[in-house]
Amino acid sequence: MRNNTITVQELHIPSRFTAPPVWQYIVALAFAAFFVASLNGSGLTTLALDDVANIPKQVVYIINQMFPPSLERLTMVGRAMLQTLEMALIGNLIGIPLSLLLAILCARNLSPHPLIFYIARLVVTFIRTTPSLVWAIFLIVAVGLGPRAGTVTLIFSTIGFCGRFFAEAMEEVDPGPQEALTALGAGKMSTVICAVLPSTMPSLINTVLFNLEHTTRSSAVLGIVGAGGIGIELMVSIKTFHYDEAITIIFLVFIGVMGIEQLCATVRRRVLQINH
Amino acid sequence: MFSDAVATFQPPVCNEVSVRARENVRTATSTADIEITGLSKTFDNSRRVLQDIHFSIPQGQAVALIGHNGSGKSTLLRCCLRLIQPSSGSIVLLGKEIIGLGKAELRDMRAQVGFVFQRHNLVQRLSVLTNVLHGVQARKKGLRTWFQSMAMQEDREEAMAKLQSVGLAHLAGQRVDQLSGGESQRVAIARALMQRPKMVLADEPVASLDPRAGDEVMNLFLRRIKDEGLTLLFVSHNLDHALSYADRIIGLRDGKFELDAPAKSENIESLRELYG
Amino acid sequence: MADHRSTDPGQTVTNCSMPPRFRTPGWKLSLLVVTFIGLICHAFIGTELCSMTVKEIAEMPGNVLHLLQEMVPPSTRGLPKIYKAILETLQMCLVGTVFGVFVSVPLGLLAAKSLSPHKSIYIASRGFVSFCRTVPDLVWAIFFVIIVGLGPLAGTLTLMVDTIGFAGRFFAEAFEEVDSGPQEALSAIGSSNNGTFFSCVLPAAAPSCINTTMFSIERAVQSSVVLGLVGAGGIGMLLEEPMVWQNYREATTVVLTIFIMLVAVEQLNGYLRRQLIGKSG
Repeated sequence: MRNNTITVQELHIPSRFTAPPVWQYIVALAFAAFFVASLNGSGLTTLALDDVANIPKQVVYIINQMFPPSLERLTMVGRAMLQTLEMALIGNLIGIPLSLLLAILCARNLSPHPLIFYIARLVVTFIRTTPSLVWAIFLIVAVGLGPRAGTVTLIFSTIGFCGRFFAEAMEEVDPGPQEALTALGAGKMSTVICAVLPSTMPSLINTVLFNLEHTTRSSAVLGIVGAGGIGIELMVSIKTFHYDEAITIIFLVFIGVMGIEQLCATVRRRVLQINH
Repeated sequence: MFSDAVATFQPPVCNEVSVRARENVRTATSTADIEITGLSKTFDNSRRVLQDIHFSIPQGQAVALIGHNGSGKSTLLRCCLRLIQPSSGSIVLLGKEIIGLGKAELRDMRAQVGFVFQRHNLVQRLSVLTNVLHGVQARKKGLRTWFQSMAMQEDREEAMAKLQSVGLAHLAGQRVDQLSGGESQRVAIARALMQRPKMVLADEPVASLDPRAGDEVMNLFLRRIKDEGLTLLFVSHNLDHALSYADRIIGLRDGKFELDAPAKSENIESLRELYG
Repeated sequence: MADHRSTDPGQTVTNCSMPPRFRTPGWKLSLLVVTFIGLICHAFIGTELCSMTVKEIAEMPGNVLHLLQEMVPPSTRGLPKIYKAILETLQMCLVGTVFGVFVSVPLGLLAAKSLSPHKSIYIASRGFVSFCRTVPDLVWAIFFVIIVGLGPLAGTLTLMVDTIGFAGRFFAEAFEEVDSGPQEALSAIGSSNNGTFFSCVLPAAAPSCINTTMFSIERAVQSSVVLGLVGAGGIGMLLEEPMVWQNYREATTVVLTIFIMLVAVEQLNGYLRRQLIGKSG
């Protein structure tokens, strides 16, 4: 050690693991324990062995039942699918202007008053956090069974989603043009319409397209609780063990949702490319 | 049909401008356009940005405001339109005290004062013509001032005239984000002129441009200001500009009033001291 | 047109055309717009919004008010049951997401264009991921209920598939976006494919992957709420019963509990995400 060469021991080698503080061990242990308990609680470990052996048989049986898909009620089902898409469309059409207004109220830089800001933000959070099927259940009581309840549900769903992201987009906008318009004596409305909206347009369009995909997907299941659309057809065919009809419906939903996704992707590419 | 589609353009406001210019010249020196007494501004973190500023600018005079970074020039300019609320003092614009004005009166006052920003503050995603048309919001309200497609024909023509006067009529249909910095600033000047202001404030109008473009824009800017007989208060970092374009120079240091002299009596050396 | 030229000698006037008020759209766009407007008009009929009578509209506020009156005050009778159901929901989510993420990492690797071993594998795995995503989760839930019977297991499996659909896609995207420089460097010194993946791609994509994982947990909690409606376990099962029996006071309790749970998970998630991303980034 006295000579001038440095031995490896003298160099500081980073330890293999950095030792985390004790509380992190405790949290990790608690988490692991919870996870093990969860395996039990989620029903994974309660499966008996012969149940497990049964699963492939069951799957094969159902798939056998599903094919060939039945085309008997195709027109009915097709109409229900159209209704599903239309519910999503109307939900967006009405929901987007509403969420724009709400977004202005809950964008920190545009809100007329801090109190209004907090209330608007709370409303949007509440609408977004409550699942759309829960909304549907309540709205059925309010406006009756059928596609109306579904449409209103999707309006709520749109407000929750778009309201949040519109507001975020508006908060991120460059304040310069707004200042310029304020300096020349324009009112708040003009500032929003002439400066904020054009600047945030790409982001708004993107959000709207995402929302369209999102609402189409949830529109397909709203029927399960009776709020219109194709979901009710699916529910009925499964409850009555007509799996061949069910697979037709599932295919139809798949095609519909995929179609909307593709459409949105195309629009996104075209519009955003041109505008940028 | 062809002549309808390609509207030829002639400047319809030429006469009016020259009349106004003559009027302004006639009444020059009779009243002060800006009169600031005892202006102070303290930000929330108790940093004193402006301390007890006094000065007044008579009609038709071009005044350069110089000083270090952080000496409070931009704050002073923004206080004049209450884009930043001053802490104390009085600001009389065009014969009217603006501290304590109501919302509507303040907007009327702002409408009479053009403001040119360092970073142009144009709405990037809109066309040049639309941006210039925004200036008309100083005089008019409502839907027809928000979208160029719905604007009054006379306003569209006036906007084209202003664009022509800054030499950009050929770019009217372009989007602002495709322009160079110098062109953008010229559009911003056209927007300010579109207000038909009585007075113009400019916050380092050419600081973000390269020297050549800066000279060009400054030349054009001052020519338009002089043509229309407007009062001008501009912040500048460029001593040459301050000396050659201003009638009078005001200097700030650390938020305090430091220098007030006719531009002819000053030379660059003595000004350097303010910066030194 | 020549007479319109300005005769003012001091100014050079160039004749510039004012931009038109409207740009004339091409026939493709016009056709699209017309179709779209037609669809919207039809949609108002299809969604039965047109056939609403004045009487029905007038009744709506009354209905809502009536419902609200029935809903308060929330009943506390079912609280122990709700507690159990909430726990079950969270456990389903946790297990579903963890297994889902474990499956998603290799699947995302196979579905990443730059890393996939073969084009057909790439297409197959990408197709599988988007199939998992596109079929709505309730449909998956119904399917699993048929196969493994009523109860939380069906829900857990649904959440797993859900997570694969979501995380698989974003993992693949994250792997694709990783800077290829370090990979080339490691390949150049003779590192194996696995070595490259574990020493370059995974660490570089980690923040994005952690983010995705956290989001999938959040998503899982959101969708787990409604899985119970088709009998796949969790708190949703408690929601259907009081609604069917029009016991709205109990339903309110369930809905409020759900809301609190979701907000809590969102907040916790946000906190953890900030901690994790903050450290690794």
